Amino acid sequence: MATTKRPLSPHLQIYKWGPHMALSILHRASGVALGGGTLLLAWWLIALASGPDAYEQFQICMSSLVGKAALMGFTLALMLHLCNGIRHLFWDMGMGFDVETTARANWLVFLGTAVLTALSWAIGYGLI
Amino acid sequence: MAEFRLPANSTVKKGKTYKADASATNVRTFNVYRWNEEDGQNPHIDSYEVDMDKCGPMVLDGLIKIKNEIDPTLTFRRSCREGVCGSCSMNIGGTNTLACTKANDEVKGDINVYPLPHMEVVKDLVTDLTHFYAQYSSIKPWMQTVSPTPSGAERLQSPEDRAKLDGLYECVLCACCSTSCPSYWWNSDKYLGPAVLLQAYRWLVDSRDEATGERLDDLEDPFRLYRCHTIMNCTNTCPKGLNPAKAIAEIKKMMVERQG
Repeated sequence: MATTKRPLSPHLQIYKWGPHMALSILHRASGVALGGGTLLLAWWLIALASGPDAYEQFQICMSSLVGKAALMGFTLALMLHLCNGIRHLFWDMGMGFDVETTARANWLVFLGTAVLTALSWAIGYGLI
Repeated sequence: MAEFRLPANSTVKKGKTYKADASATNVRTFNVYRWNEEDGQNPHIDSYEVDMDKCGPMVLDGLIKIKNEIDPTLTFRRSCREGVCGSCSMNIGGTNTLACTKANDEVKGDINVYPLPHMEVVKDLVTDLTHFYAQYSSIKPWMQTVSPTPSGAERLQSPEDRAKLDGLYECVLCACCSTSCPSYWWNSDKYLGPAVLLQAYRWLVDSRDEATGERLDDLEDPFRLYRCHTIMNCTNTCPKGLNPAKAIAEIKKMMVERQG
């Protein structure tokens, strides 16, 4: 008979992190962030419908450093969720499960996120 | 809600260090998780310096050397020492694997050895697998048929249908994949986990089995099957090179396909 309560073996504390784990939790985190970002989008549309004063207020907020950081976060979350979402569609079809393909696709998702985010901002600033 | 931190009785403390003999020139340190019921203390990490010139190539060789020559109280499961029994599954260098097929050279720096993650510890590296085995038996891992057995013959299977079992039948039920899975860590009371789902698929895809519908009915559940979020730890850690994540995806496909 056990007299002492058995301990739980370490898990998160010791398990070696890999890009596949990071992407999995980032997919969830970016999904939550997009929920918040949609509020920004709603604010933008309401401001647009409420007239020049309201819209100017929105513009001032979003052009501040904090506003720009929020927009950058929103773009990053959107692109990551999009790229990883496409990968999830392949998984749903039973494709891309072997270790090598997974490892390559991880970096493809990170790369796609960076490229699409940079592209959106370049277009936003009229550089392209 | 998932509890990400260890309970108070499970936090790991620093333990003893066992120095190597002064004459040893090729020394590596094994940091090993220790806990026993008798001393009433928290788990701790004991460090053993091992003379690698007098040690076999695998992590299991190191553990056996420690047990034989340094500290006979060290407790772990092992049997076949060639990767077919699945007894010596543990967490080595941060990932789950079989100590008998993991070479010491594959681990950089100190060799950190822990029990399988997020499991009840019985002693040292031995975890309680009762629940894991109960989940395995819940999927009825045997052939179920309703048609009469062919008289004087076996139930035949074409080479193509037999080939569908490759990559599934090799599983040794070491539990490395299930205990690597965060979904299983947080929900093992309801989620079956990769190892058991791979076995479930092994019977679903067997052309001789006639209970496919019932098997799918049993799995159609938000937790039993669908807690898999394709984190991919299972496939990355399987010491036999199998692909539980793909097997689970195939079950999910069967669920959709049978709806027509």
